Amino acid sequence: MAVISDSSNEWELAPPFSTRLKGMFGSTYRAAKRDLVLAAAISVLLVGLFLAVFAPTLARTDYERTDPVNRMLAPNSHNWFGTDNWGRDVFDRTIVGTRMSFLVGFSVTLISTVLGVGIALVISYFRILDAVMMRFVDGFLAFPTILLALALISLIGPSVGNVIIALSVTATAGKIRLVRGAVLSLRESTYVEAAKAVGVPIPRILLLHILPNIVGIIIVQATFTLASAILAEASLSFLGAGVPEYVPSWGNIIATGQGYIQVGFHISFFPGLFLTTTVLAVVLIGDSVRDHLDPRLRGRLKTTAAQQ
Amino acid sequence: MTEPLLKVENLQTQFRTEGGLVKAVDDVSFEVQPGETFALVGESGCGKSVTALSIMGLIPNPPGEIVSGKIEFNGVDLLKLSGREMREIRGSKIGMIFQEPMSSLNPVLTIQSQLTEALRIHTDLSKNATNDRAVELVDMVGIADAKTRMKQYPHQLSGGQRQRIMIAMAMSCTPQLLIADEATTALDVTIQAQILDLMKDVTEQSGTALLIITHNLGIVARYANRVAVMYAGKLREVGEAVEMYTEPRHPYTIGLLRSVPRLDSEKGTPLAPIAGEIPDLTNLPSGCAFSPRCGWAVDKCFEESPLLEETSSGKKVACFEHQSVALNVQ
Repeated sequence: MAVISDSSNEWELAPPFSTRLKGMFGSTYRAAKRDLVLAAAISVLLVGLFLAVFAPTLARTDYERTDPVNRMLAPNSHNWFGTDNWGRDVFDRTIVGTRMSFLVGFSVTLISTVLGVGIALVISYFRILDAVMMRFVDGFLAFPTILLALALISLIGPSVGNVIIALSVTATAGKIRLVRGAVLSLRESTYVEAAKAVGVPIPRILLLHILPNIVGIIIVQATFTLASAILAEASLSFLGAGVPEYVPSWGNIIATGQGYIQVGFHISFFPGLFLTTTVLAVVLIGDSVRDHLDPRLRGRLKTTAAQQ
Repeated sequence: MTEPLLKVENLQTQFRTEGGLVKAVDDVSFEVQPGETFALVGESGCGKSVTALSIMGLIPNPPGEIVSGKIEFNGVDLLKLSGREMREIRGSKIGMIFQEPMSSLNPVLTIQSQLTEALRIHTDLSKNATNDRAVELVDMVGIADAKTRMKQYPHQLSGGQRQRIMIAMAMSCTPQLLIADEATTALDVTIQAQILDLMKDVTEQSGTALLIITHNLGIVARYANRVAVMYAGKLREVGEAVEMYTEPRHPYTIGLLRSVPRLDSEKGTPLAPIAGEIPDLTNLPSGCAFSPRCGWAVDKCFEESPLLEETSSGKKVACFEHQSVALNVQ
């Protein structure tokens, strides 16, 4: 009687899952062609990604160097978004700030998703571990995200890495709760029972039979995490608990402009606009992905479209 | 008599619920011979499925627990095996088909990956060999165009086709015992017959014993060699399938037979459903659990629970009054 074959074999069942993903991207593309809002949202995110990668080379000024002579300039042909109280170009600082927002946003999303899904899958099969872990999760979720992040930051010190850690902790707690719930209900389904009746070991059931079923909600949740992490990073920087002041980040720039809001609202306005647009784009994409992943919702969308 | 393939002895499975202890399976014993078709018949909630899950070692614990008894399979007591040993038997030696063909296939996995799952786990076959075997299996269960089916998802198949796939899955490692738990209940009548014929065919071909669990006596008559009638967790009557119709001895069996419409009955004959309801399993009546619904019940029936005893004709009945029942029926 063969025991489960080697671990490389374990993943040979992956193709259907990857075809599903491929199909998902294909249908996203088709959906974007029909849905202008989605197309716009995706474009915004792509531009953001481009800026996050290339902004420092695109910047025409030294965005960290102060230039008191040209301080508080209103938007003009040279300084498109004007300059701040130290004479630094707001446009350059804003586009460079994209990097920080995206870095924190994507890192937090990735870390919390991997950790959250992993922990949820494991604890869903061990009752005692589950009970203990969920009390921790409840505890974490009882605090407002920003408050908890602030507390953690003040404990471990402000830096990009620590901002990511602090935000990941709270995001992970939310992920654990979401995924655990889904796993618990799927665990009772007949096809999981049928898989057990075929002798599939539990780790394999979790990874190959249950996980592909919850990819949809995980992806959708990830987009919301991305949006809230970008916001939270900006909030932390605004409060001075994020990255150091000289490093441009949307939160930092808005915080700088706060003191001059009546004489030069452009300092806060432009990074604020970038922030809002990005978060809106991410949330819209999340909504759209959810609509297209849920077969029931998909059916309803089609019928309403047919009725109109 | 040959050594039985499956020997269930005094099996007791209980569930601790908020309403109290439920003895879902209470002192059940039966044997399944190699290659035979054995049917376990009874109303919903009588413990049929729990018996099947007990054999498979799939009773959720808590709340369920097998408190006593033996389940010998090829002479090995399954209840004494470790989780790993039991897992190696599931799928390779004992296959199971579930009631809901619509939900017993995973919606996000292709037919191929689900069909090959048992082979991957229980055999050393290469990937190509398992895929070939999967095509063979789909052919065997009579689904056309097996190759293209491999890449399809469950929602692209009809209910009957899905149940065929389930049979193919359960038979993929050529088990010695196939348990069909209400496998045709959710299908419409014509498909039911096809699926049953198919199960009968594939199990006969490979010499697999078939344990049919059903509430449908019509199925039993046509397909089973032997039948056990179950009521409120206990076996009430065990015997050859034909005898169950020609000479039923337990009032409950008679009740079941009378509540099924027959083509040969006279026009206008009303159906005779069994009076009353199945008892609350947390609070069974004292004595024979069927006594409150039984037309033959005597005082003794309300005080003592009858044991399954062999009658002169060789079948087993758990009824004090089976002799007077026998006289009455003919």
